[in-house]
Amino acid sequence: MTGFWSFLAAHQSEILSATLEHVELVCIAMAAAILIGVPLGMLIVRRAKLRAIALGIAGIFQTVPSLALFGFLIPIPFIGGIGKRTAIVALTLYALLPILRNTYVGLTEIDPAVLESAEAMGMTQTQILFRVRFPLGLAVILAGVRTATIITIGVATIAAAIGAGGLGTFIFRGVALVNDSLLLAGAIPAALLAVLADFLLGRLERRLRVT
Amino acid sequence: MTIAQQNLIEFRDVSWRANGGASAEIIAGVSLEVPRGGTLVLLGRSGSGKTTLLKLINGMHWPSQGEVRVEGRTTREWDATRLRRGIGYVIQEAGLFPHFTVAENVALVPGLEGWPNEKIAARVKEMLELVGLEPGEYAQRRPRELSGGQRQRVGVARALAADPPILLMDEPFGAVDPVTRAELQREFQALARRLAKTIVFVTHDLREALLLASRIVLLERGRIVANARPEDFLRVQHPEVLAFAASLDVRGSAV
Repeated sequence: MTGFWSFLAAHQSEILSATLEHVELVCIAMAAAILIGVPLGMLIVRRAKLRAIALGIAGIFQTVPSLALFGFLIPIPFIGGIGKRTAIVALTLYALLPILRNTYVGLTEIDPAVLESAEAMGMTQTQILFRVRFPLGLAVILAGVRTATIITIGVATIAAAIGAGGLGTFIFRGVALVNDSLLLAGAIPAALLAVLADFLLGRLERRLRVT
Repeated sequence: MTIAQQNLIEFRDVSWRANGGASAEIIAGVSLEVPRGGTLVLLGRSGSGKTTLLKLINGMHWPSQGEVRVEGRTTREWDATRLRRGIGYVIQEAGLFPHFTVAENVALVPGLEGWPNEKIAARVKEMLELVGLEPGEYAQRRPRELSGGQRQRVGVARALAADPPILLMDEPFGAVDPVTRAELQREFQALARRLAKTIVFVTHDLREALLLASRIVLLERGRIVANARPEDFLRVQHPEVLAFAASLDVRGSAV
């Protein structure tokens, strides 16, 4: 362990910049996944055909092993290649399913009496969506964002394999060199990030829950 | 024309099947005239089609056959949103929005109708006073901070807020304790007399029907089997009337 501590002391600035790079990857990918997933989830509330297609495709992305997904994207023009952009696309696709699914569930599992009276009061479907379904489903949507964030923080370590940087750089190097200190220098901050994100988003989620 | 003016709501040979007409008939050949003013009670067992009949009035359902006219126009001719904003709707458990305050719940339809804010605020205050809830104490509460009876009062206040000529009530007092229920029923009677609305009230409780109705319509499996004033209702010779009367336990004295 003394080896690990002295390694940390010697490389703290590199670890810090890798952590920031990691956070950057996760934040951009999550922002993109939310911007796609939440509106798409709203769109599929009352469209059964589109719902089956959207959830199906998002489900497929989630079942592809993450390393393979990064690999598949490399040869694709514009979004592919080596580096951050490809990694962000892959992470976004990966985060999509939990967000999309929770958005749909959150917007549809509303007390039927509330929806019935909203309709009977003469609210249009759009008004019901934004003023009833969305505020009442927000906690469930956020639970999806939380799940997706934790997944993305973990999967983002693999992004280092296609040269996107982040904490995975230490992990891959540690595996290649059979060096525990290097491995831990990547794994521990990634785990801490996941715990922190879980805690903060969990708090926000509880605050938004309407009883 | 005189008929259309007299009858605010009119069912003409209406049938309704679920799933766009694919399932069995829930409502079968119903013709019914609801004159302006007064309380028409739709009485029947669970599954007799009472709620469906109510939903045919505000365009939540459309007839599979026949037509329903509200103020002379069929519900298909009406724009559904316009039609519904002119009809108050109260359901069991009130269906209040849990993320809105009491005031916001009551303000809903006036807000949708684009009333100016001061007018809405004054109206909310007036409505809460009308249903016996002190605005200063209750306006800013959330529905979960109210008792069942109070929620039901807010439901009535919300339904009346935009001053609709018609009020539909689906077992509004079904989920509260008997004492609160009796209280709400008394207040409802006073309110109905004062407001001169046309009220269609669904219940499976004959006692409640006899107490509140100016006319009782009894449904059995989607058909009307009795249509009488409350004072004549128990004299109607029909097995379903007898079945309901038996549930009263005071039949001997009433006949």
